[in-house]
Formats: sequence, C-alpha cells, structure tokens
Amino acid sequence: MAVVEEIRASSEALLSAKAPRKPANMGQIIRWLLLFGGGILMVMPIAYMISTSLKWPHEVYNVNLIPVEPTIENYTFVLEDGRFYGWFINSIIIATITTICNLLFDSLVGYTLCKFRFPGRYIIFIAILSTLMIPTEMLVIPWYLMSQQFGWLDTYWGIMFPGLMTAFGTFLMKQFFETVPDDFIEAARIDGLNELQIWWTVAMPLVKPALAALAIFVFLGNWTAFIWPLIVTNSVEMYTLPVGLSGFGDEADVAWELIMTGAAISTIPTLIVFLIFQRFIIRGVVMAGLKG
Amino acid sequence: MYRNLSIKQKQIVWAWAFLALPVLFYGVIRFYPTGNAILISFQDWNLLGERNWSGLENYIKLWNDPVFWKVFKNTFLYLLLGTPISLVISFVIAYHLDQLRFMHGFLRMLYFLPFMTSAVAMAWVWRWFYQPVPIGLFNNFLASLGIPQIEFLNSTTNALPSVLAPAVWAGLGFQVIIFMAGLRAIPRSYYEAARIDGVSTWTVLSEITLPLLKPTIVFIVVFSSIGFLRIFDHVFNMTTNNPGGPLNATKPLVLMIYDTAFTGYDMGYAAAQTVVLFVILLVVSLIQLRILRDR
Repeated sequence: MAVVEEIRASSEALLSAKAPRKPANMGQIIRWLLLFGGGILMVMPIAYMISTSLKWPHEVYNVNLIPVEPTIENYTFVLEDGRFYGWFINSIIIATITTICNLLFDSLVGYTLCKFRFPGRYIIFIAILSTLMIPTEMLVIPWYLMSQQFGWLDTYWGIMFPGLMTAFGTFLMKQFFETVPDDFIEAARIDGLNELQIWWTVAMPLVKPALAALAIFVFLGNWTAFIWPLIVTNSVEMYTLPVGLSGFGDEADVAWELIMTGAAISTIPTLIVFLIFQRFIIRGVVMAGLKG
Repeated sequence: MYRNLSIKQKQIVWAWAFLALPVLFYGVIRFYPTGNAILISFQDWNLLGERNWSGLENYIKLWNDPVFWKVFKNTFLYLLLGTPISLVISFVIAYHLDQLRFMHGFLRMLYFLPFMTSAVAMAWVWRWFYQPVPIGLFNNFLASLGIPQIEFLNSTTNALPSVLAPAVWAGLGFQVIIFMAGLRAIPRSYYEAARIDGVSTWTVLSEITLPLLKPTIVFIVVFSSIGFLRIFDHVFNMTTNNPGGPLNATKPLVLMIYDTAFTGYDMGYAAAQTVVLFVILLVVSLIQLRILRDR
C-alpha cells in the first residue's frame, strides 16, 4: 500500500511532465544513440518475425531484414488451412467475454467492498485478497477434474471459467472507487436511484481510466494464456491461438516461414492495439502495476 | 418487506446481493480447488483407478526423486539469473531514458513493445534464432563473422540461459515503465539541493535515487521473481520435441507438474508438486515483503 501511495501521482507525471531540458551536449547525444540502438535491438525479434513471414522459403536463411521479394503467400497458405482462422476467432471470443466479466464483477465487488458497510466485509476482502497468493498452477489439477466431472472439457466455458473474476482486478477497482466521493453516492440515493443504478450510472463513469487499464490487462492476459487452454482443450477446433500455434510449430517442423507467419498472426493484433492506444496503455500499465 | 428496512439494513441486503455470485465463484473456483489440491497430494491416484490415501508417500517420493532436485535447481536458476539481470538492465535503461527528451515517447515504445507479445509466439521466434547453421539467425551471424558456432538449445549448459533470454526480454518493457514512474516520483528538490552542494552524479545515484526507489525495486523484484518461478510457456515451446530437455536441463517446476499430471496422469504426485510450488512462492513473497516493511 505504501508503495502505491508514494507513486500514485507519478503515473500522470510519467506522461505529462517532461524531463528538464538539458543542452544537447556530447554526453546527451551518446546517451540517446545508445538507447536508440538498444531500442532497435529490443524490437529486432518482432521485426525478424514479420520479415520472415513475408519471405519465400528459399530466402528464409538469409539474415537480411528486408525481404528481397516480399510475398503474402505464407499468410494465404496459413489462413487457407482454416485452423488459424478458427483459433483466432476462439481467442477473440474468449478474451472478450472474460474481459467483460472481469470489468463487471471486479468493479461490482470492488465497489461493494469500498462503499458499503456490512457484517462480513472485512473477511470477504481478506479472503479475496488471499487468493492472490494461490498460483494458477496449483489449481489446474482440481479445475481439470471439475471440468471432467461436469463435461466442461473442450468447451469455451471450460477455457473461460477460471478467469471470470480476479482478485487483482477487484483490488485495483476497490482502490479506484476510494477516489469517488461518498457525497456523490449519497446525493444519488436522495434522488431515488437504487444501489445498482448508483453503481452503474454514478460510480462506474468516474473510474473509466481504471476500467480501461483492467480491460487491457485482462484481455492481454487471456489472449496470451497458454497452460490452462492447453490442458482443457482436446480437439483442434477448440484451441486458442497460443495452443494452436504451439502444435502448429511442432507440425510445421522446419518450415520456419510458416511458423513465423503463425506467430505474427497471434502477435500483430496486440501490437496494432498498442500502437493506436500507446499513451493510454502505458498509463494503464503503470496504474495497474502499482496498485495491483 | 424491503420497504420496512432501515437504510442500514437495506445496504446490507444490497451488499450481499452484489456479492452472492462472486462469493460463490471464489468459493468454488478458488478455495475449494486449493483445498482439493492439498487433499489429492496425500492420495495415490492415476485418474482412472482408485483414489487411495497414501499419507506422505508423494512427498517422500518427491524428496527421493533426483529429477525433482534437478528441477528445483533449474527453477531457482531461472529466478536467480532472471531477476537480477532484468532488474539491472531495466534500471539502466529507465535511468537514462528518464533524462532524455528527444523522441522520448518513441524510445519508450521500442522498449515496451515486446511486453505486448505472446510468449508462445516469441518462444518460437527465438527458437528459430537459436537453430544451428544454416537455419538460425544467431549462428548465421556468427558464421558470417567467422566465429565458431554456439550450441544454444541442444547444450545442457547453454539451454537454460537461452530459454531465459526471451523471458527477460519480454518483461523488460514493463519494468522500465515502472522504474520510470518511480524515478518521476522522486521530488526534484532533492536533486536541486544535491546540485547546489556540488555532489557527484554517482553520489546522487547511490544516496538519493536508489534509496528512494526502494519501494519500486522491491515491487519489481517480487513481481519478476514470481514470474520466473512460474516460467512455463517459453520452456515448453522452445523444447516441444523433448519438453524440459536436453536431459531436464531446462525443466522448471511447472513443466514437471504438467508432465506428471497430464502426460503421466499421476495426479497425487503432481498435486504434491503444486503444493511445493505454492510453498516456494509463499516463502519467497513473504521474505520480500519483510524486506519492504523494514525500509
């Protein structure tokens, strides 16, 4: 908590306040060049992935970054196969539904724990918080047995159910609802709104930045989730993108241009989203990272 | 009936109405499975046959399993290599990036981009980099410079760092952003005062910046430690032909759990391994939280 308070202001500062202007001396130029070089190195794996996905098989083993004759042949091949298309749709559906559920339930629980006084409040809060300490890997075996028992194996529900609510999201939202003045809620009550309406029409609009941050984290987390979808799915049609890609990589064996195409298909959507909402996402990451 | 309740009582009704479904969820999807995992760890069960109580047998088997100790060592190697390396690199980047204005946002984007990638996709990209000549990028570069080849994923000594590298790479952007937020939270006046006193850059770094960054550092250490202790996606995908190989040189605890449970179907034994993972995570987090409290 102390960490959170101390750095609370700085997520805004990170984006708005500029570092003090320094004269462009030699040291600053060298520093800039080194950081620029490092940054280019950081994106090289992504650049090579995309570049290779645009190469013909015979060119794959060249180390040149720009393909000599770029082709989208690999994409046509991989997408015509149909499986990637299905996995893509699966991942979209699962990540979207899970994100919506988290936004609704985490904020509802966070709001209740923050704004209501009722017996059992503290116990519920501690109980939810304590689940942060339980690693997913400990739960996969019981979840698998549960899914087997209820016939959830190999279904969307089976993939989604463990992540519909998260303690991290609940805690994040609770922190943000603290910033909503009680007077607003009291005023709405006097206006005759019921508690559900107050939550939805008064409190929720005031924590939009937090909702956005949570949405980004949950969506990205589910888009890239691997171990649980790997365990719970059996049939190729039910795979999510990471699980499908993992099997595809094995099967394509040495056709690296095809593997890179598959990797690019599962990476490019999140990269595009990032490039569009960059400032927004970085702010969200700082907020979520420091409050979670 | 609802109308006759006092405002306070109405609040209680609403609160529990809001919490009903979540309480059910946390009970059934979080707490019951936790208890169940601990219970199964004391049973002998191969999923098809009978569930028999076996007492501490699974834990004794684990203690005597040489593979477990190899895996235990690997898991801590990921932690002990990954956490300090990523901490130092991300601090150096954040410290310098913080003092630049020219194209600041663009540089920050370059460093952050890998965080948005999927671990599975990037594991395959790095796996390709590591292939021997004439396939892999790294060895092709080495060959063009006339440097002898390096065995990355096929060597028992190089495989673990090779698998770790993309994990460090992907997490770096997040840590840089958090460090920069921490650096911005340090009041400028401290630096002004130091400048007036004519203190050297190194002293400022060690006497002002680093001590005041302690909460941020502890947060990053806890966060990345838990991540490295739970490493799985990268290892699994970079060694699919022989998960955790060569000769278990890269196998972390989570992969051993996955193998035992879903390849060997030895549920009791796997559950005991998850309990050990839980205890390790708990101890590591508690130690780090203790350090945080001591500040």
